[in-house]
Amino acid sequence: MTMTFETYRDVIEDREYPTVREWRDRTGGKVIGCFPVYAPVEVPYALGMLPIGLFGGGNRIEIANADSRFQSFICSIVKSTLELGFIGKLDVLDGLMFHSICDPARNLASVMGRNFPQRPAVFVHLPQNFQSPQAPQYMAGELRRVAQELSAIAGRPVRDADLAAAIAAYDRVRELQRQLYALRSSSPERISTSELYTLSRLATLMDPKEVAPIFEAALAGAIKRTERPKDRIRVVLAGSFCEQPPLELIESLEQAGCYIVDDDFLLGWRSQRHPVKTDGDPFLALAEAYVNDSHHLSPKHDLRKPRAQGLIETARANRADAVIFLGAKFCEPGLFDYALYRKALEASSIPHLMLEFEEKMWLYDRIRSEVETFVESMLFAEAKAS
Amino acid sequence: MTPATTATPTKKAAADTKAAAPAIKYQGTVHELQKQLMNKYYADLTSIAEGGAGRSAQLLIAGNPVEVLRAFDMIPVFPEINALQLAVRKNSLPLIQKAEELGYSTDNCAYVKADIGMWENGGKTPFATIPKPDVLVCNYVGCNVYLNWFEHLAEKVGSPAVNIDIPFMRTKDGEPAEGDVEYVVAQLKELVTLLEKVTGTPFDEDKFVKIVERSSRVGELWSQIRDLTKKRPTPYDAYFDSVTMMAPLYCLRGTEEAVDFFEKALEEMTAKADRAEAAIPGGEKFRIVIEGPPPWPFLRVFRDMFSRWGAVAVASTYATVGGIWEFGFRHDPAHPFESVAKHMIEANLCNRSMLQRYDQIWRYATEWNADALVIHSVKSCRLFSAGQGDMREHFVHDRDLPTLLIESDLEDPRYFSQAQLRNRIDAFFEALEQRRITGGKAA
Ligand code: SF4
Ligand code: SF4
Repeated sequence: MTMTFETYRDVIEDREYPTVREWRDRTGGKVIGCFPVYAPVEVPYALGMLPIGLFGGGNRIEIANADSRFQSFICSIVKSTLELGFIGKLDVLDGLMFHSICDPARNLASVMGRNFPQRPAVFVHLPQNFQSPQAPQYMAGELRRVAQELSAIAGRPVRDADLAAAIAAYDRVRELQRQLYALRSSSPERISTSELYTLSRLATLMDPKEVAPIFEAALAGAIKRTERPKDRIRVVLAGSFCEQPPLELIESLEQAGCYIVDDDFLLGWRSQRHPVKTDGDPFLALAEAYVNDSHHLSPKHDLRKPRAQGLIETARANRADAVIFLGAKFCEPGLFDYALYRKALEASSIPHLMLEFEEKMWLYDRIRSEVETFVESMLFAEAKAS
Repeated sequence: MTPATTATPTKKAAADTKAAAPAIKYQGTVHELQKQLMNKYYADLTSIAEGGAGRSAQLLIAGNPVEVLRAFDMIPVFPEINALQLAVRKNSLPLIQKAEELGYSTDNCAYVKADIGMWENGGKTPFATIPKPDVLVCNYVGCNVYLNWFEHLAEKVGSPAVNIDIPFMRTKDGEPAEGDVEYVVAQLKELVTLLEKVTGTPFDEDKFVKIVERSSRVGELWSQIRDLTKKRPTPYDAYFDSVTMMAPLYCLRGTEEAVDFFEKALEEMTAKADRAEAAIPGGEKFRIVIEGPPPWPFLRVFRDMFSRWGAVAVASTYATVGGIWEFGFRHDPAHPFESVAKHMIEANLCNRSMLQRYDQIWRYATEWNADALVIHSVKSCRLFSAGQGDMREHFVHDRDLPTLLIESDLEDPRYFSQAQLRNRIDAFFEALEQRRITGGKAA
């Protein structure tokens, strides 16, 4: 499928999942929908299946059935994902993968399983005791169990060699993504966050082998750009690790005067900090990478290091002027994190702003003017200081 | 979520109920005994907080390993019980607001906010001063808020903290996955090493086995008590009266006092059942199953909304948040660590999937002979509430069980709308009554 950058934007918002249907028709393979935040995508891929990101209904669907199942105080992605099931948009999937990021998502796995029994929901239990030396071994065992459940859908067993190859395929994409992120941090005028986000989101809807060349081209193109840096503040975004804000909202943050130099969009799809070691048991390698080499994900409760410290380090490493917490409405884990972040940011004298979004929103004026005021006050303070 | 000790009804609360409703007295001697035990428990904690001898550990209600902590003579402190005590005494709102000023959201579980507010006040409450724990043991049993809560507490109170990771009941056959029990046992043994370090005392295996033995006995007695509500009329309310017994079940499990308490409770309830004495003065007219935690700040008012219809709970899922014993689980002194691990993994509501909860409710409805299901959906506790609309859908359409879904909160009084709740409850029981008269299924 040949695409231009303009079509990517449409693809990531289209709940007919055009890239996925095309892949399916072309390869005859099966598709696994992965609910955020982290999914061991390498496992279904090793079984010849295409893992795709399930990020709710976005801006384009009406919730008509799901709000009778989940209450008004539950976040949107839970309801819109269920709605996609009710209106037949998930027919392109052969199975689902969930893990326990929060209680609504945990229960959603059950509700999806009951309403759509033809589409098995595989539940991955990720370790939460990071002080225990058992964690990697336990997780490797869990991934083997998940592989077995997925094997039943794929109709074939998983082989270590296939898993190692799958890890390599995703590592290639992640490596390019790391380079794109690094480029944006060093020269944010060369690649905008809405572009980077669009690419990252596209990667959750395609075969990694087909994504890699797109990323390579984007990276080469961005490096060649010769834009002049604008007078903007450098901002780290946190809080959008699960439900995703509309692309237009990301754009309006940029237009309001921010260079976003790091973010946690789709973080579960690029959580490893380094390439995964593939020289031994590949299941254990994936587990080690999650336990000992992944970013501070909201649903990962690692008591080895205070959560907010990770954010402060990220802000410092990216020379950020400020942090914007951009959290999904009703997202309890994100809101808990915010309380910790706020305290730590204040203690470190890093200016910050708290914003809430819903995946389905149309008006950005209020948020935009809030950000503009925030940016102006910072630029003003900067001018006064210099 | 959790157990309760006694709610002292206020005059206002009593006046809020239907003017003609008689002043209902629900208490028995078990109630009094429970009060005494809990007063002593809190007095011990206050003494530690004030510099007296003894050690405390904080852990959580759902499927907890209290036996391991008791083996080190550590008094278990459950922040959920403290939070609900604050709510019952109508002290929770200013604490919740204090936490919200610190950056917590209106959408965060209010148990956590009340607890954070309490720590801002130096652990002082009207019923006790909560000591700074010697260790924070987050038994992660299904509830993700648990993990957040203890992460925040670790920062706030600064005690050594550990997460005990309990694999969720996630397999197709509804059993723990291969290796789950061993994984938890290994972590419990690591916990033992940590506790040896914290307390400076070596682990005494014999003592641990005795504690597990007592837990096993308590489980047996509690299970027999839970079975008595199959009788018609049920001798006690399996929601409102169960919460009275749940505090000793958690705070004192593993001790002689707990065994003694449950022997007396069984005796009293059996005698009531033998006399065919109903749980409420007006007699039992409707047998219901209640799902979800109670609205602690308005417990008495809420109870009266059902009593006035002669509606009595014969079973409740809430009574199983800390452990499900009525379907056969027992701690096993011959396999102490394994049985503690199994309790944490499979024998409590929180670590089981939503669909397993549907099955549990259906067993209650059929084996305990219930006429209806009442779902109390609380905003704070999404573990319970998220998806309860689907639950209603299932019971109404697939099981033909009359089901009522109502909403409030377990801790935050701002979400309790008394008139609205009463209207919904009245309309539901009116319809049930009608259905009975016209020969519908519910009877
Ligand atoms: S947006 Fe937040 S609350 Fe909603 S499913 Fe994701 S993590 Fe859970
Ligand atoms: S979410 Fe529910 S189970 Fe979890 S701490 Fe809050 S009240 Fe308890």
